[in-house]
Amino acid sequence: MGNRVGVIGVGQTHHASRRLDASGVELIAEAVTRALDDAELTIDQIDAVVIGNMDHFENINYVDMWATDGLGSFMKPVFKVTTGGTTGTTVGMCGYYHAASGLFDVVLAVGWEKNSESDTQAAIATCANPVLERDPFAGAIGPLATEYSMYMKAYGATEEDAALVAVRDRNNALNNPYAHNRMECTVEDVMNSPMLSYPIKFLDMCPRSDGACAVILASEEKAKRLCPRPAWIHASVVRHDYTHFGDLEWQWMPTLERGSAVAYKIAGITDPLKQFDVAELYLPASTTGVKWMDSLWFCDKGGAPELIRKNTFGMDGVLPINPSGGVISTNPIGATALIRIGEAAWQIMGKAGDRQVPDVNKALVTGFGGCSWSDIMILGADLP
Amino acid sequence: MERVAVIGVGQTRYEQGKRETFPELVFEVATKALEDAGIDITRIDNIVSVSSDFWDGRTISSMAIQDAAGAYGKDITTVEGDGTFGVLYGMMRILSGSFGVTLVVSHHKGTESSMNGITNTSFDPLVERKLGLDAVSSAALQARRYMSKYGVLEEQFALVPVKNHGNAKRNPLAMLPMDITVEDVMNSPVLATPLKKLDCSPVTDGACALVLAADREAKKLTTPAKRVWLKGVGHCTDAYRLGDRDLADTRALKKAANKAYEMAGVGPADIDLAEVYDAFSYMELMWLEGLGFCDDGMAAGDMERGLFDFDGKMPVNASGGRLSANPVQVAGLASVAECVLQLRGEAGDRQVEGAGTALAHGINGMCGQSHCVWVLGK
Repeated sequence: MGNRVGVIGVGQTHHASRRLDASGVELIAEAVTRALDDAELTIDQIDAVVIGNMDHFENINYVDMWATDGLGSFMKPVFKVTTGGTTGTTVGMCGYYHAASGLFDVVLAVGWEKNSESDTQAAIATCANPVLERDPFAGAIGPLATEYSMYMKAYGATEEDAALVAVRDRNNALNNPYAHNRMECTVEDVMNSPMLSYPIKFLDMCPRSDGACAVILASEEKAKRLCPRPAWIHASVVRHDYTHFGDLEWQWMPTLERGSAVAYKIAGITDPLKQFDVAELYLPASTTGVKWMDSLWFCDKGGAPELIRKNTFGMDGVLPINPSGGVISTNPIGATALIRIGEAAWQIMGKAGDRQVPDVNKALVTGFGGCSWSDIMILGADLP
Repeated sequence: MERVAVIGVGQTRYEQGKRETFPELVFEVATKALEDAGIDITRIDNIVSVSSDFWDGRTISSMAIQDAAGAYGKDITTVEGDGTFGVLYGMMRILSGSFGVTLVVSHHKGTESSMNGITNTSFDPLVERKLGLDAVSSAALQARRYMSKYGVLEEQFALVPVKNHGNAKRNPLAMLPMDITVEDVMNSPVLATPLKKLDCSPVTDGACALVLAADREAKKLTTPAKRVWLKGVGHCTDAYRLGDRDLADTRALKKAANKAYEMAGVGPADIDLAEVYDAFSYMELMWLEGLGFCDDGMAAGDMERGLFDFDGKMPVNASGGRLSANPVQVAGLASVAECVLQLRGEAGDRQVEGAGTALAHGINGMCGQSHCVWVLGK
């Protein structure tokens, strides 16, 4: 078996729609420097580096090479991983496997994006088959709108249920100094915001941000020596679906359901609603904050709207979700899922500032991307 | 540490103008690799795709090929870079204890891409990109620096394509088997001085897949004849900007190679054959020095003495190398595949007799900014 691995440091930029003060490499350097400071390490103590983003946003080939100065990877081992929306968790997991393999002890994992330099939706559209599906499923909003329409029809969920999720995440972001969109927001505001693609409205949807995140992971011995309270990785699971959007099941989220079931089994989770103290979930639109709760085994199929209406996932609820404000408040795409890992780790380490949930022992993290792919990680204060 | 073996290999023929789509290429090699390992897709518990949004012209490059790689309901991830790095991630995932059998697969269709445009985007967008630098013109700068630092001649560079295209005649998968002379290389059209057309690798289409398995799985699933062990690996990156490096210095490769040798418990003298990155003729010479097979600046002399010929002291690029077929990203995976076939004794007409330890080498970035070195053994 491999090494146990803990997160020992986290850094992120102050995210914004346009960081005109910093180049991509400078954003990366900002996150890396903050992660090193957070872990009280110097760059010399980093054994290996992994980076990820999405090529077509900034049009930089070999980002792992280009980012050398920002990463501090000069004369160090580095390579790039990239999987679309899940890139951030892919990077975090790759860092985990580096340390778990025994080949490296202290690993720096970095995700970034500078969306202000990109035509984001046009770039995303090229993931679809150019002949069959690029036109109907262009961009990120269409598939999400389709799946929530079907969920509403099947289970009586409403647009207002989604708006409640948007209000929760957006108001949570007020407590997060790094968040891109920090705005007080009501259900009325969401309902009255411009329609993007029925039933998803402007305030339901994630923005595109400039930003970077860096997470430092270490093998068990090193983590214990370097960090008073590491956030240990208890499970790391990925599930993929078919290539074509038309082949997917739309009324539920099979990859999330199957992936989380496996992760829960590995981590000994039998009652996720009670056993998790906090969750940082990749919810690209508020609608997914309703529908996908079924697939995380918080309730039976169709039970999510009732949980949402009871404020189950508010800061003072049974299981606070996205104290950071989540993806609809901050979305530097290649970093987005890594921010979920970083925020969850900070919650366990007790470093989450004004958005800290008291006494966090176990945290759930998800990533979303591709053709409805799901990444699931479970972090804990105790050794796995 | 547990050992990891390569238990299956699958490759397409490498050629230009393939009609198959990306998923069709991937399906072909995944199927061949599984057949070679004697297992079916249900035994694969995770997949590493080595592919690039740039070369594919599609974002999320693994998405198009995941069905073909058998990734439905599984974990597929993507390493963007040379195949040697994909093998590294595949091995890490097994060593972590999370996985037992990994399919590493890579595809490339150079004939549907623009080498010049795509490699130009590897350069800093504000300064170097505007100069029009690409893989060929930056390699020319490196070749020139190598010539001026060590007094190597263009005619000595030409020995590499003469040898490698000749080797390709024994490899049915290679694209450019050719009988050529130093004169032919010297007389071929200049692409970027001092590099001529025959100093440079061709645009190529193709795919390659490997099946990796943990020690316990490898012994359960295959016979000893099929197993080749991943014994040592090292990777390391140099500075980004060409102007921040002495382009004739191979310090990053030296560090990567030393790590791989140390992990495998061998030295350069123990290597029976090597697949060295040779997208450009001079690179093979430089990297042979960085890999410790000769002192700095001495590779051209050793090449003249035939040390690296097919019947020499240590055959280099017996497959024909990247000069004879260069599907980008796939190339490093094909190098590892060639070492596996050689060590198994399944390399046909190009079999190096008595091969027990082999080295595979790949690069990322321009002018060999980053290197990955593998030592494989029976």
